[in-house]
Amino acid sequence: MTDSVRKTVRDNLKKRYRAERYFRWFGVISVGFGLLCLVALFGDIFSKGIGAFRQTAVELEVFFDPDVLGVSASAEEAKIRTANFDGLYKAVLRERFPEVTTRGDRRVLYRLLSTEAAFDLQALSMANPDLIGQTRKIWLLADDDVDMYFKYGRSGEQVGRLSEAQQAWAEQLIAQGAVKTRFNTGLFTNGDSRDPEIAGVKGAVLGSLFTLMVTFLISFPVGVAAAIYLEEFAPKNKLTDFIEVNINNLAAVPSIIFGLLGLAVFINYFGVPRSVPLVGGLVLSLMTLPTVIISSRASITAVPPSIREAALGIGASKVQVVLHHVLPLAMPGMLTGAIIGMARALGETAPLLMIGMVAFIIDPPSGVLDPATVLPVQIYLWADSAERAFTERTSAAIMVLLVFLIVMNGLAVWLRSRLETRW
Amino acid sequence: MAGINTMIDEGRTQDDVAPLTAVEMPRQESIDENYETVGSPLLHNPLVKTRNVNVFYAEKQAIFNVNLDIAKNEVIAMIGPSGCGKSTFLRCLNRMNDTIDTCRVQGDIVLEGQDIYDRSVDAVELRARVGIVFQKPNPFPKSVYENVAYGPRIHGLVNRKSDLDDIVEDSLKRAGLWEEVKDELEGSGTGLSGGQQQRLCIARTIAVSPDIILMDEPCSALDPIATAKIEELIAELRENYTIAIVTHNMQQAARVSSRTAYFHLGKLIEVGETEIVFTRPVHPLTEAYITGRFG
Amino acid sequence: MNASTLVLVLIAITVASYYGGVMRSQALARPLGGIKHLSALPSYYGFMAVTWAVIPALILLLVWTIYEASVISNMVIALLPSETASLSEGELGLLYSRIANVASGIMQWDTLGEAYRPAVERMIELQTFTARYKPILVISLAVVGALIALKMVSAQWNVRYPVERIFNILLFLCSGIAVLITVGIVFSVVFESLRFFGEISFFDFVFGTQWSPQIAIRADQVGASGAFGVIPLLVGTMLISIIAMFVAVPVGLMSAIYLSEYASVQVRNIVKPLLEILAGIPTIVYGFFAAITVAPAIRAAGEGVGLEVASESALAAGLVMGVMIIPFVSSLSDDVINAVPNSLRDGSYGLGATQSETIRKVIIPAALPGIVGGVLLAVSRAIGETMIVVMAAGSMANLTVNPLEAVTTVTVQIVTLLVGDQEFDNAKTLAAFALGLMLFVITLGLNFIALYVVKKYREQYD
Repeated sequence: MTDSVRKTVRDNLKKRYRAERYFRWFGVISVGFGLLCLVALFGDIFSKGIGAFRQTAVELEVFFDPDVLGVSASAEEAKIRTANFDGLYKAVLRERFPEVTTRGDRRVLYRLLSTEAAFDLQALSMANPDLIGQTRKIWLLADDDVDMYFKYGRSGEQVGRLSEAQQAWAEQLIAQGAVKTRFNTGLFTNGDSRDPEIAGVKGAVLGSLFTLMVTFLISFPVGVAAAIYLEEFAPKNKLTDFIEVNINNLAAVPSIIFGLLGLAVFINYFGVPRSVPLVGGLVLSLMTLPTVIISSRASITAVPPSIREAALGIGASKVQVVLHHVLPLAMPGMLTGAIIGMARALGETAPLLMIGMVAFIIDPPSGVLDPATVLPVQIYLWADSAERAFTERTSAAIMVLLVFLIVMNGLAVWLRSRLETRW
Repeated sequence: MAGINTMIDEGRTQDDVAPLTAVEMPRQESIDENYETVGSPLLHNPLVKTRNVNVFYAEKQAIFNVNLDIAKNEVIAMIGPSGCGKSTFLRCLNRMNDTIDTCRVQGDIVLEGQDIYDRSVDAVELRARVGIVFQKPNPFPKSVYENVAYGPRIHGLVNRKSDLDDIVEDSLKRAGLWEEVKDELEGSGTGLSGGQQQRLCIARTIAVSPDIILMDEPCSALDPIATAKIEELIAELRENYTIAIVTHNMQQAARVSSRTAYFHLGKLIEVGETEIVFTRPVHPLTEAYITGRFG
Repeated sequence: MNASTLVLVLIAITVASYYGGVMRSQALARPLGGIKHLSALPSYYGFMAVTWAVIPALILLLVWTIYEASVISNMVIALLPSETASLSEGELGLLYSRIANVASGIMQWDTLGEAYRPAVERMIELQTFTARYKPILVISLAVVGALIALKMVSAQWNVRYPVERIFNILLFLCSGIAVLITVGIVFSVVFESLRFFGEISFFDFVFGTQWSPQIAIRADQVGASGAFGVIPLLVGTMLISIIAMFVAVPVGLMSAIYLSEYASVQVRNIVKPLLEILAGIPTIVYGFFAAITVAPAIRAAGEGVGLEVASESALAAGLVMGVMIIPFVSSLSDDVINAVPNSLRDGSYGLGATQSETIRKVIIPAALPGIVGGVLLAVSRAIGETMIVVMAAGSMANLTVNPLEAVTTVTVQIVTLLVGDQEFDNAKTLAAFALGLMLFVITLGLNFIALYVVKKYREQYD
């Protein structure tokens, strides 16, 4: 190497190391950007949704007025059930704010409380009919606008649709310590509702559960069987190749296409009812099947051939080898793959919109043939609603969904580390 | 030296008793840590000077206390059974071992008065001076031209396209490949035959005009005809370059090198003029190896 | 008897016939001196009995269930008064569903004319028949099958071969379902699309630049025909996908490079799973994030520098979609980068290249086909992605390439057209299937090329 060449190399080093540093920084920035997005996403959802786990209640002195209710304490249960509790909570509010006299103002006043207040009063009276005729201090569920105002609005942020009069009343109640937040159990025990303060995810969670059950019962056995065939029995020919190419391509078909398939085949052709977990599960199982097959094949391939040879060598048939040795050894890996597939199916929304699982359904489903919605679709529905309180609840529902996903993925990781044999 | 002597005695005795069944591996523990290389490892005014070199892979020691000098414009062959550390040692000479995280190098390796493992020495610059050709031909999946031009380009050696053309042509000529590829310089480097690929890799190395070319078993993946061409090439290159070649082919070492170093289990056993090492080895292990008793 | 009871009974018969087969073969073997004198293991006899019991019964059940509806409707329609013969398919369908509603008691008799009484009565009769005899026939077939199989059990009968053969066939059928799904997809979208192209010309669809799928209720309404030109949707889809790729490709590729070439093992082990969480987050969550947080932020930022930004800008949807695709690109790139043989890295380092020179000039060019394949797969995902665009992109067709304006996409339109009540004889609903067909063809083409490129790339270094 001549001195001039050596000098050139040395002179260029500085420039080259600068490029090296830039390139490295570009890498750090990329990774950092990804992580930042993750933090931003979780932080955003968390900060928006955490409020929904607490809910505002108002304490009012309730006189269970037999005249308003139209029943007495000794009335039979059916009578009490149908008593005018709606009128009762309105009367209570009128009494609390006697200065409100006009019809219009009163109607505004009633909107301080949720309509659920009537049901709460009904439940109390049913449990203890002696209350009728007595006066009690009772915490009643506030309307979502009051909820928003109490939780966020007082810091000056413009959040609710609370009118000035309502704000004044609310402030009056707050000043007396008659407003507090409590844990929002309704979020987990109620079905959907048009009123944000009583809308809950129970129906959606059950719907998701039934849907996933159907998905698992179909895609897991079929997927495992297909994987066994392709790995252990399939002759290497054009047909097998075609099936393989098919599976790989299906895994990349947009999920919405599966929704179209479900609509055209299951609903229009076979007449499966719309909006039920059965049809949702069918569609999702078709969508998950390629994933299950691919991961099952991977765990079958991981079983070393020596085990098959050992069993074949003592005279087991091919079927026995598979059922007695390969399948049990590959099972943890297959289950892991299936759980990850289920987690994907749990988060899937688009195909379910196609098959009518987007309907507004109040009652939680009790089986695979009841109309239902699922968690992600519930999130979609709530996200579409205008009320600020629904934004909060949407974030809370997303948190619930993410918890389910974390649990499922955690289970898969645990299963893999605990049960999977490494060869 | 006690260990070696014992070993020699044992070896002789066994030979005497049962000469026909003498395929006996010299025992590993028979060379202790403080062994001394026999022959002439050290030179006056060497180009490369290595002193007390120890190499570790994580906790495992691969090279023990090697002292070896390499003279300018000589071809030194490093031979020995597989796993003896000859490749590891070779890769120390241009710090290729840096790319292995667990690898640690101790001792001094001095190139023209500069310790190459010194903090002030840049591996990138060093590798421009000490090129390396690998066991398996590894042309980049680019054109023949781009393969050769790669080094000059990254080091910024040329400013004009015509200069680069000259370097590519010159390197390919020196590597004896020009006549075969001059019409398809834009063809893919990976499309050449194995021997051509290896010569392309040599041309690629020459293109940055290094002082030293390290060759790590350059012919082990080639057929005999391709091997013969590479060996011819080495004979031509020795006029301008210093070459250190690792080989497990003793005949090749005998054909191409002027000096030979014999490694055994990470230790440098014997160094000397090739002719002497192959005809009158001093160390019994060397003798055992070159006479084919193990390897 | 309802469906779930029938299923339970069939399961019970399955279990019973299995144990029947096992016990019967054991009983036969006992006088002979043990099961080694049987031609097959007792469990094989059990499986044989199950096969005989369940398979014919299931076939019957399936065939009956599939043809039930069409047979009933043919027989009922045959009894309709003669003037209904002139009705169109759609009107006939409507009439039929009214008859069905009356038959099932949802609607009152008086909503239909007396002329339809025979048809309704026939329908009730047929439905009662099928409800009563379907389960009875299915169950009897199962029981008879089981009994025949049990009767056939003998020590000489080698059932191992047929049972394993059946097992094999069942497995084959399961793997064939994958093909069936593809066929199902193709048929469902192609069939409805053909109906659509019967009403709207194919060329108007593919080359039209107007998309406003409003079908007039009254014939004299403005824009009565609706316009079904798909170009604005394609441009919108491409615009959002390109924005997504501008985020996902550099960030995903560089993350993969950094994590596989630079980062220490500890950093890699922590950061890689964290980035992969991004891939596990449901798209609805991204959609919500895009609509509620990112879009307003972009709008505010745009206003800050005096730019008019739509509240449902393509930029917001594209950016968030890009973030979603980052882990997809990075894990595919990671795979292909790791497939580049180390000898190439050594060759480059041996010439004195720095790490970034080696990556930029040797590794990436060598891995390029694989990376391109991965990017094509990512593009196909972006095109087919639905929820982010449904929530964050617009629903009005707008032929523009300005990322600050609202555009709509193919998937958004499919959702918009199909959510809610639908009638299947209307171009608006059928258009969704035509869009679905187009989406399927485009993504399938991309996947096909991508998988092929990646496969060829892997073969190169295997």
